[in-house]
Amino acid sequence: MDKIRALIVDDSSVMRKIVERSLRQAGVDLDLVVEASNGVEALSALQSNLVDLILCDINMPIMDGLEFVREAAKVENARNVPIVMITTEGSEAHVVQALSAGARGYIRKPFTPDQVKEHVLPLLGKKL
Amino acid sequence: MTTEVAFGTRSPQENWPPLIELAIKEVFEIMLGSPVAPVADPELKPREDFTAIVGLAGALCGILSLSCDKQTAIQIAKCMLGDAADSEAQVADALGEICNMVAGNFKNKLAGTDDRCMLSIPTVISGGEYTFHTMVEGTSIETVLLFENLPFVVRLQLQTK
Repeated sequence: MDKIRALIVDDSSVMRKIVERSLRQAGVDLDLVVEASNGVEALSALQSNLVDLILCDINMPIMDGLEFVREAAKVENARNVPIVMITTEGSEAHVVQALSAGARGYIRKPFTPDQVKEHVLPLLGKKL
Repeated sequence: MTTEVAFGTRSPQENWPPLIELAIKEVFEIMLGSPVAPVADPELKPREDFTAIVGLAGALCGILSLSCDKQTAIQIAKCMLGDAADSEAQVADALGEICNMVAGNFKNKLAGTDDRCMLSIPTVISGGEYTFHTMVEGTSIETVLLFENLPFVVRLQLQTK
Protein backbone atom coordinates (compact mmCIF):
# COMPACT_ATOMS: atom_id res chain seq x y z
CA MET A 1 0.00 0.00 0.00
CA ASP A 2 1.27 3.50 -0.84
CA LYS A 3 2.29 5.76 1.98
CA ILE A 4 -0.59 8.01 3.01
CA ARG A 5 -0.48 11.58 4.34
CA ALA A 6 -3.48 12.25 6.54
CA LEU A 7 -4.97 15.35 8.14
CA ILE A 8 -6.93 14.60 11.33
CA VAL A 9 -9.23 17.37 12.57
CA ASP A 10 -10.79 17.09 16.03
CA ASP A 11 -10.86 19.43 19.02
CA SER A 12 -9.92 16.49 21.25
CA SER A 13 -6.25 15.52 21.13
CA VAL A 14 -7.21 12.15 22.61
CA MET A 15 -9.61 11.53 19.75
CA ARG A 16 -6.99 12.56 17.17
CA LYS A 17 -4.66 9.90 18.60
CA ILE A 18 -7.43 7.29 18.52
CA VAL A 19 -8.28 8.12 14.90
CA GLU A 20 -4.59 7.82 13.95
CA ARG A 21 -4.33 4.50 15.76
CA SER A 22 -7.50 3.25 14.05
CA LEU A 23 -6.10 4.19 10.63
CA ARG A 24 -2.95 2.19 11.36
CA GLN A 25 -5.03 -0.74 12.65
CA ALA A 26 -7.08 -0.54 9.44
CA GLY A 27 -3.89 -1.14 7.49
CA VAL A 28 -3.31 2.42 6.28
CA ASP A 29 0.43 2.97 5.92
CA LEU A 30 0.78 6.48 7.30
CA ASP A 31 3.72 8.53 6.10
CA LEU A 32 2.62 11.82 7.66
CA VAL A 33 -0.09 12.78 10.15
CA VAL A 34 -1.03 16.44 10.42
CA GLU A 35 -3.31 17.40 13.31
CA ALA A 36 -5.70 20.33 13.66
CA SER A 37 -8.15 21.16 16.43
CA ASN A 38 -10.71 23.08 14.38
CA GLY A 39 -11.61 24.01 10.81
CA VAL A 40 -9.52 27.18 10.72
CA GLU A 41 -6.38 25.32 11.83
CA ALA A 42 -7.15 22.61 9.28
CA LEU A 43 -7.46 25.10 6.41
CA SER A 44 -4.16 26.63 7.48
CA ALA A 45 -2.57 23.17 7.57
CA LEU A 46 -3.77 22.51 4.01
CA GLN A 47 -1.88 25.59 2.80
CA SER A 48 1.42 24.06 3.83
CA ASN A 49 0.80 20.32 3.58
CA LEU A 50 -0.26 18.07 0.73
CA VAL A 51 -2.46 15.30 2.11
CA ASP A 52 -4.19 12.25 0.64
CA LEU A 53 -6.97 11.89 3.21
CA ILE A 54 -8.83 14.06 5.73
CA LEU A 55 -10.74 12.77 8.76
CA CYS A 56 -12.83 15.43 10.44
CA ASP A 57 -15.10 15.88 13.45
CA ILE A 58 -18.24 18.05 13.13
CA ASN A 59 -18.73 19.74 16.53
CA MET A 60 -15.66 21.91 17.02
CA PRO A 61 -15.08 25.48 18.21
CA ILE A 62 -14.16 28.38 15.88
CA MET A 63 -15.06 26.53 12.65
CA ASP A 64 -17.09 23.33 12.66
CA GLY A 65 -16.53 20.35 10.42
CA LEU A 66 -19.34 21.08 7.95
CA GLU A 67 -18.04 24.58 7.26
CA PHE A 68 -14.52 23.21 6.95
CA VAL A 69 -15.66 20.73 4.27
CA ARG A 70 -17.24 23.56 2.27
CA GLU A 71 -14.13 25.74 2.63
CA ALA A 72 -11.72 22.90 1.84
CA ALA A 73 -13.44 22.48 -1.53
CA LYS A 74 -12.14 25.96 -2.41
CA VAL A 75 -8.51 25.08 -1.59
CA GLU A 76 -6.69 24.16 -4.78
CA ASN A 77 -4.54 21.33 -3.38
CA ALA A 78 -7.38 19.87 -1.25
CA ARG A 79 -10.27 19.95 -3.73
CA ASN A 80 -10.00 16.28 -4.63
CA VAL A 81 -8.87 14.95 -1.27
CA PRO A 82 -11.47 12.60 0.25
CA ILE A 83 -12.92 13.81 3.55
CA VAL A 84 -14.48 11.37 6.02
CA MET A 85 -16.49 12.78 8.91
CA ILE A 86 -16.02 11.09 12.31
CA THR A 87 -18.59 12.47 14.72
CA THR A 88 -21.07 11.87 17.51
CA GLU A 89 -23.75 13.52 15.35
CA GLY A 90 -25.55 10.51 13.97
CA SER A 91 -28.77 11.82 12.47
CA GLU A 92 -29.64 11.34 8.81
CA ALA A 93 -29.91 15.12 8.51
CA HIS A 94 -26.26 15.50 9.52
CA VAL A 95 -25.19 12.73 7.14
CA VAL A 96 -27.04 14.43 4.26
CA GLN A 97 -25.55 17.83 5.17
CA ALA A 98 -22.04 16.40 5.30
CA LEU A 99 -22.29 14.49 2.04
CA SER A 100 -23.94 17.47 0.33
CA ALA A 101 -21.09 19.68 1.51
CA GLY A 102 -18.60 17.34 -0.13
CA ALA A 103 -17.67 14.70 2.45
CA ARG A 104 -17.11 11.25 0.97
CA GLY A 105 -17.71 9.18 4.08
CA TYR A 106 -19.40 9.35 7.48
CA ILE A 107 -18.48 7.40 10.61
CA ARG A 108 -20.44 7.71 13.84
CA LYS A 109 -18.66 7.74 17.22
CA PRO A 110 -18.20 5.36 18.96
CA PHE A 111 -16.44 3.55 16.12
CA THR A 112 -14.30 0.45 15.59
CA PRO A 113 -11.13 0.15 13.49
CA ASP A 114 -13.16 -2.10 11.17
CA GLN A 115 -15.57 0.77 10.47
CA VAL A 116 -12.61 3.02 9.68
CA LYS A 117 -11.27 0.33 7.34
CA GLU A 118 -14.65 -0.10 5.63
CA HIS A 119 -15.09 3.63 4.99
CA VAL A 120 -11.52 4.73 4.32
CA LEU A 121 -9.80 2.02 2.28
CA PRO A 122 -12.14 2.25 -0.75
CA LEU A 123 -11.49 5.99 -0.87
CA LEU A 124 -7.77 5.27 -1.10
CA GLY A 125 -8.38 2.82 -3.94
CA LYS A 126 -7.68 -0.16 -1.71
CA LYS A 127 -9.60 -3.39 -1.42
CA LEU A 128 -11.12 -4.28 1.93
CA MET B 1 -48.85 -7.72 32.32
CA THR B 2 -45.96 -8.26 29.91
CA THR B 3 -42.91 -6.08 29.74
CA GLU B 4 -43.84 -5.00 26.22
CA VAL B 5 -47.25 -3.70 27.33
CA ALA B 6 -45.77 -1.87 30.29
CA PHE B 7 -43.06 -0.34 28.08
CA GLY B 8 -45.60 0.78 25.52
CA THR B 9 -47.76 2.61 28.05
CA ARG B 10 -44.87 4.51 29.65
CA SER B 11 -43.99 8.10 28.86
CA PRO B 12 -40.87 8.53 26.68
CA GLN B 13 -38.86 9.70 29.71
CA GLU B 14 -39.63 6.45 31.53
CA ASN B 15 -38.12 4.55 28.59
CA TRP B 16 -34.89 6.53 28.72
CA PRO B 17 -32.95 4.84 31.60
CA PRO B 18 -32.38 1.60 29.64
CA LEU B 19 -31.43 3.65 26.56
CA ILE B 20 -28.88 5.66 28.56
CA GLU B 21 -27.44 2.47 30.03
CA LEU B 22 -27.21 0.94 26.54
CA ALA B 23 -25.54 4.09 25.19
CA ILE B 24 -22.96 3.95 28.01
CA LYS B 25 -22.30 0.22 27.54
CA GLU B 26 -21.73 0.62 23.80
CA VAL B 27 -19.29 3.51 24.24
CA PHE B 28 -17.24 1.70 26.89
CA GLU B 29 -17.18 -1.61 25.00
CA ILE B 30 -16.28 -0.07 21.64
CA MET B 31 -13.90 2.72 22.67
CA LEU B 32 -12.35 1.23 25.82
CA GLY B 33 -12.72 -2.46 25.06
CA SER B 34 -14.14 -2.92 28.52
CA PRO B 35 -17.67 -3.86 29.54
CA VAL B 36 -19.44 -1.95 32.31
CA ALA B 37 -21.38 -3.72 35.02
CA PRO B 38 -24.32 -2.73 37.21
CA VAL B 39 -23.54 -1.88 40.83
CA ALA B 40 -24.62 -4.46 43.38
CA ASP B 41 -25.05 -1.83 46.09
CA PRO B 42 -27.52 0.90 45.01
CA GLU B 43 -26.04 3.25 47.61
CA LEU B 44 -22.56 3.02 46.07
CA LYS B 45 -21.55 6.41 44.65
CA PRO B 46 -18.14 7.48 43.38
CA ARG B 47 -16.17 10.41 44.75
CA GLU B 48 -16.60 13.06 42.06
CA ASP B 49 -13.05 14.28 41.40
CA PHE B 50 -13.79 14.70 37.69
CA THR B 51 -17.09 15.72 36.10
CA ALA B 52 -17.52 15.94 32.33
CA ILE B 53 -20.55 17.82 31.05
CA VAL B 54 -22.17 18.01 27.63
CA GLY B 55 -25.06 20.40 27.05
CA LEU B 56 -28.11 19.51 25.00
CA ALA B 57 -30.24 22.09 23.23
CA GLY B 58 -33.26 21.90 20.97
CA ALA B 59 -35.72 19.03 21.24
CA LEU B 60 -33.88 17.95 24.41
CA CYS B 61 -32.71 20.79 26.63
CA GLY B 62 -30.40 20.14 29.57
CA ILE B 63 -27.12 18.42 30.37
CA LEU B 64 -25.59 14.99 30.45
CA SER B 65 -22.74 14.58 32.93
CA LEU B 66 -20.31 11.81 33.82
CA SER B 67 -18.55 11.89 37.20
CA CYS B 68 -15.94 9.66 38.75
CA ASP B 69 -12.97 9.65 41.07
CA LYS B 70 -9.42 10.37 39.89
CA GLN B 71 -8.39 6.72 39.73
CA THR B 72 -11.31 5.86 37.45
CA ALA B 73 -10.67 8.88 35.23
CA ILE B 74 -7.02 7.91 34.83
CA GLN B 75 -7.98 4.31 34.05
CA ILE B 76 -10.49 5.45 31.40
CA ALA B 77 -7.80 7.62 29.78
CA LYS B 78 -5.27 4.76 29.86
CA CYS B 79 -7.77 2.44 28.19
CA MET B 80 -8.21 5.02 25.43
CA LEU B 81 -4.58 6.07 24.99
CA GLY B 82 -2.45 3.43 26.64
CA ASP B 83 0.36 4.62 28.89
CA ALA B 84 0.52 7.85 26.86
CA ALA B 85 -2.21 9.22 29.13
CA ASP B 86 0.16 10.93 31.51
CA SER B 87 -1.27 14.37 32.21
CA GLU B 88 -4.39 15.74 33.86
CA ALA B 89 -5.22 17.55 30.60
CA GLN B 90 -5.27 14.25 28.72
CA VAL B 91 -7.36 12.60 31.42
CA ALA B 92 -9.88 15.45 31.24
CA ASP B 93 -9.90 15.34 27.43
CA ALA B 94 -10.55 11.57 27.48
CA LEU B 95 -13.36 11.88 29.99
CA GLY B 96 -14.93 14.72 28.01
CA GLU B 97 -14.88 12.64 24.83
CA ILE B 98 -16.47 9.66 26.59
CA CYS B 99 -19.23 11.93 27.92
CA ASN B 100 -19.66 13.44 24.45
CA MET B 101 -20.01 9.99 22.86
CA VAL B 102 -22.48 8.82 25.51
CA ALA B 103 -24.62 11.94 24.93
CA GLY B 104 -24.46 11.53 21.16
CA ASN B 105 -25.12 7.80 21.26
CA PHE B 106 -28.12 8.33 23.56
CA LYS B 107 -29.50 11.12 21.36
CA ASN B 108 -29.09 8.94 18.27
CA LYS B 109 -31.25 6.26 19.87
CA LEU B 110 -34.22 8.61 20.21
CA ALA B 111 -36.11 8.36 16.93
CA GLY B 112 -37.25 11.74 15.69
CA THR B 113 -35.13 13.63 18.21
CA ASP B 114 -31.61 13.05 16.98
CA ASP B 115 -31.70 15.67 14.21
CA ARG B 116 -33.48 18.26 16.38
CA CYS B 117 -31.08 18.17 19.30
CA MET B 118 -27.62 19.76 19.36
CA LEU B 119 -24.71 18.88 21.60
CA SER B 120 -22.26 21.33 23.09
CA ILE B 121 -18.52 20.82 23.19
CA PRO B 122 -17.67 19.00 26.45
CA THR B 123 -16.56 20.79 29.60
CA VAL B 124 -14.62 18.98 32.32
CA ILE B 125 -14.33 20.05 35.95
CA SER B 126 -11.56 18.55 38.09
CA GLY B 127 -11.06 18.76 41.82
CA GLY B 128 -13.52 17.75 44.47
CA GLU B 129 -14.18 21.12 46.12
CA TYR B 130 -17.10 22.38 44.13
CA THR B 131 -20.88 22.38 44.27
CA PHE B 132 -22.76 21.64 41.09
CA HIS B 133 -25.84 23.79 40.55
CA THR B 134 -27.96 23.05 37.51
CA MET B 135 -30.57 25.52 36.36
CA VAL B 136 -32.50 22.68 34.76
CA GLU B 137 -35.80 21.83 36.43
CA GLY B 138 -37.43 18.68 35.22
CA THR B 139 -36.51 15.08 34.48
CA SER B 140 -33.39 13.74 36.18
CA ILE B 141 -32.05 10.26 35.52
CA GLU B 142 -29.02 8.87 37.36
CA THR B 143 -27.17 5.72 36.33
CA VAL B 144 -24.31 4.29 38.40
CA LEU B 145 -22.17 1.61 36.76
CA LEU B 146 -18.85 -0.12 37.35
CA PHE B 147 -15.90 0.16 34.99
CA GLU B 148 -13.20 -2.33 35.96
CA ASN B 149 -14.86 -2.46 39.39
CA LEU B 150 -14.61 1.31 39.73
CA PRO B 151 -17.92 3.21 40.04
CA PHE B 152 -18.90 6.15 37.88
CA VAL B 153 -22.18 8.02 37.59
CA VAL B 154 -23.96 9.39 34.52
CA ARG B 155 -26.72 11.96 35.05
CA LEU B 156 -29.18 13.23 32.47
CA GLN B 157 -30.99 16.37 33.60
CA LEU B 158 -33.58 17.71 31.20
CA GLN B 159 -35.89 20.68 31.18
CA THR B 160 -39.49 19.60 30.86
CA LYS B 161 -41.90 22.13 29.40
